[in-house]
Amino acid sequence: MKKNIGVLAVQGAFAEHINTLKKLDINTIEIRKKSDLTENHIDGIILPGGESTVMGKLINELGMLNSLKKFIQDGLPVFGTCAGLILLAKKITNDDNVYIGTMDIEVKRNAYGRQLGSFHTNGQFAKLGQVPMTFIRAPYIENVSKNVDILAQIDNHIVAAKQNNMIVTSFHPELTSDLNIHKYFLDLI
Amino acid sequence: MNTQYELNKNLAQMLKGGVIMDVTTPKQAQIAEKAGACAVMALERIPADIRAAGGVSRMSDPKMIKSIQQAVSIPVMAKVRIGHFAEAQILQAIEIDYIDESEVLSPADDTFHIDKTKFKVPFVCGAKDLGEALRRISEGASMIRTKGEPGTGDVIQAVRHMRLINQQIKHIQNLREDELFQAAKDLQVSYELAQYVYENGKLPVVNFAAGGIATPADAALMMQLGADGVFVGSGIFKSGNPEKRAQSIVKAVTGYTDASILAQLSEDLGEAMLGINEQEIELLMAQRGI
Repeated sequence: MKKNIGVLAVQGAFAEHINTLKKLDINTIEIRKKSDLTENHIDGIILPGGESTVMGKLINELGMLNSLKKFIQDGLPVFGTCAGLILLAKKITNDDNVYIGTMDIEVKRNAYGRQLGSFHTNGQFAKLGQVPMTFIRAPYIENVSKNVDILAQIDNHIVAAKQNNMIVTSFHPELTSDLNIHKYFLDLI
Repeated sequence: MNTQYELNKNLAQMLKGGVIMDVTTPKQAQIAEKAGACAVMALERIPADIRAAGGVSRMSDPKMIKSIQQAVSIPVMAKVRIGHFAEAQILQAIEIDYIDESEVLSPADDTFHIDKTKFKVPFVCGAKDLGEALRRISEGASMIRTKGEPGTGDVIQAVRHMRLINQQIKHIQNLREDELFQAAKDLQVSYELAQYVYENGKLPVVNFAAGGIATPADAALMMQLGADGVFVGSGIFKSGNPEKRAQSIVKAVTGYTDASILAQLSEDLGEAMLGINEQEIELLMAQRGI
């Protein structure tokens, strides 16, 4: 049976994730409101890139925050890219907000500065070898707890990590044609 | 295309499904960020006031733009006059996140737009039709918006421009491949760009709606017509309750297909900007720069 993956679609680059998942023959469900989350069977969820302040505010005010948090705490596989990583972090070092806050990581927002600091590179990702990595006004992870596995580092900063059912990247695999990171996430299911 | 141009198109992709709001002070910028703006446009006067004041309208004071960069964590955009590459160099020097080469300001050049390929920072430009959109892209724009008619609170022109661009895209897709050469000539664009539209059925960059959007319903209308997101200029801080209106427009862009949500969002917003109808205005900013 095909897997059903929910993609949070309140703001940001959700269409790019949906296109990537379609290439992998996955059913996708746009999550725009609480009932999209609770009335569909989903095997995993992607929190895309965008503005974390906007997405964090909307998941709260559209009444999805508690259900999302519960699903993730109960083991639903989740993949957060860029803003999605920020939503999952228990602490943002340069911002007082915490959104879903289920992952034991400390994150710095806009860690590479403004748009002129955005960059593209290739880096080692877990055991997958070199993968393309696009960073757009990206965060990085400053600290992780012992129960978090580091999946990738660039210039000594952590840019990808895994804790149980949660995977995060501060870069955007959905903006490249490389499907390996999405496959890595789908293998969790 | 080079990596920087790809990164600049990518930033626009991150803004999709969001609302970019005009702000004139750090305080307004914070209100906008709190209300859920995905970026702010820093300018000294909003288009409605530019229209009312008349005279030459230029790039804003960099000090004012920097104060807004310090006040918020979301991307900050600012406007330069059409063709004024020195103003653009100045904004690049203060590390602006996006430059809007905008018809809202007085044009500095009536023939040439800025060669945006010479810059590292991204540019957004206005367009009334497909030819304009593709010409701006060939000059290096990494995001397009409809021109609409800024500072009016009248959405008719944004609707006209969005519909026309989409109709022209469909027309290109329906051509025979050997007709593309002439189509490119008619649109005054390169064959490669016409071919991209033929093969993909869309612009190669993100396309937002702008110019005259004043209510959650206006925002939902533009999203249903195919916009990737919206700019709201005068509509927010010229209204009775900017905070509430800003939040409602943000939610309308997320829930644009759900009329019951839109009905709730449209309730009790206080006074909308008075606005002016397109027949009542003397200066059509959308005619600037083609």
